[in-house]
Amino acid sequence: MQLMMRGRRGSARGHGRAWLAVAFFALYSAPTLTGVLPEDTAEGLYDHYSGDDQVIEGKTWLIRKKFGDKFDVQYSRATDVVSGASVDVRITGASPYIEQRTEDNVSMQYLHDKTTYTVGFIHSYEPDYTSNTTTYSVSQDMFGDLTTVSMTYKREWDDIFKMIKECGTSASPCPADDFVKVHDPAFGRKRMDERSYGFGLTQILSRNAILAINYDLITDEGFISNPYREARYLDPTVARGWSLEPEIYPGTRTSNAIGGDFKYYLPYRAAVDLQYRYYEDTFGVHAHTVQLSYTQPWRNWTFDASARYYIQSQADFYSDLFPFAGSQNFVTSNQDLAAYHSYSFGVGATYQFGIPHAPWIERSTANIRYDRLMTDYQNFRDWLLANPAAGINPGEEPLFSLRANIYEIYLSLWF
Amino acid sequence: MLAALHAARAAARASARLPRARRALSLALAAGSVAVALAGCSPIQPWVKPYQREHLADPIMSFDRHPASSAYLDHVYAVRQAARGGTGAEGGGCGCN
Repeated sequence: MQLMMRGRRGSARGHGRAWLAVAFFALYSAPTLTGVLPEDTAEGLYDHYSGDDQVIEGKTWLIRKKFGDKFDVQYSRATDVVSGASVDVRITGASPYIEQRTEDNVSMQYLHDKTTYTVGFIHSYEPDYTSNTTTYSVSQDMFGDLTTVSMTYKREWDDIFKMIKECGTSASPCPADDFVKVHDPAFGRKRMDERSYGFGLTQILSRNAILAINYDLITDEGFISNPYREARYLDPTVARGWSLEPEIYPGTRTSNAIGGDFKYYLPYRAAVDLQYRYYEDTFGVHAHTVQLSYTQPWRNWTFDASARYYIQSQADFYSDLFPFAGSQNFVTSNQDLAAYHSYSFGVGATYQFGIPHAPWIERSTANIRYDRLMTDYQNFRDWLLANPAAGINPGEEPLFSLRANIYEIYLSLWF
Repeated sequence: MLAALHAARAAARASARLPRARRALSLALAAGSVAVALAGCSPIQPWVKPYQREHLADPIMSFDRHPASSAYLDHVYAVRQAARGGTGAEGGGCGCN
């Protein structure tokens, strides 16, 4: 339904006249006619994330092309360059680094009557993490195209390595410029498999309101933890008062997430969107996400504003400071599994313009967006500030907080 | 078979002993069930006609106006927060150190 609605919207937008849109809908909703595939689209995006001494710059290219009325192919490539490391990885003594991640995503859609079949493949590569995902999905429009039901199955296979520094020459001591990063043979290659089962329902509620509900059950098996992260425990034998031990996770993790997205058209041509998601998993994490968005068009511009609130409880085996080494069979001090809440605010602007001498481009937009992410941890402390000699004992450091800025600039073409 | 008939008669006798209000409620429930069953046999009429979907067709009502941007933001949140799924988005890899 979502895809179908996009296709219809695009056509109405292209003609720019309401009566044409109405005629278009009437045609597509006639009993003998079928659904439609999304419009042909191309997007180029530059993104920049900075927060917690970590900078991530990325580029994404996306193209979507129909072949006839029944077949559609989408391809996207995303490249991230990561500089630095998050706080809990830095604490373990890891030196700042630069690493690149590349993700290729290809999917094909086939439309038969009111049923859309999708098959996709995602390949993601980092020097220490390789992931392959296959996706299978089927969606069905029903009840006069008021309702769309979709089911998705995803299967992911990940290979995890640990990088270590090694001298690229035989010189001793090794010159600083000659260090190279290689896979740690002692760590070897670890596997992680993931299966995901999704169910979606999109429902037109009225001529101004639409609702989408998505449910996902995801289960992981294998090496779920991070090879660079370690758990912290009290250690009075060292000056700073704490030491590190390897993280130990359970071998499986199963999560359930259900989300609702309600969108309403306001009388003065604006849209308000309310999203909510509930999440829980076998690690003991429970989370709620609420997001409110507002979209306001004005002449050739469209302005967006959004506010998002996220709160989660800690995992059962999480602690910022364990009492001693080996105190539990499962241990983690991963900040992502701590208890915290997070706010983010975003604003964006889209400018629609025509491109002269390119009649095959129906329309194009230039877009800019800024998001501010603020996370306050309730039981994850800034370990590096522990200094018993100065009266700051482990477990008494200030709580950690993350402030991040996210910028996006992108160009979209419909043809 | 005979046992079933006996059971049905016993149930009917028990029903006859029910107070009038409970019998009325049972009848109402039965009538409701029949009505729902019959309604299931007739085609559901769309309550929003195709020619009434102009507002829903407006681009500002799209759930995902810019797929590349929304996929990027989903990834940003997914690698920094424990929650995953429930948004209809997909992705791969880690990028989470």
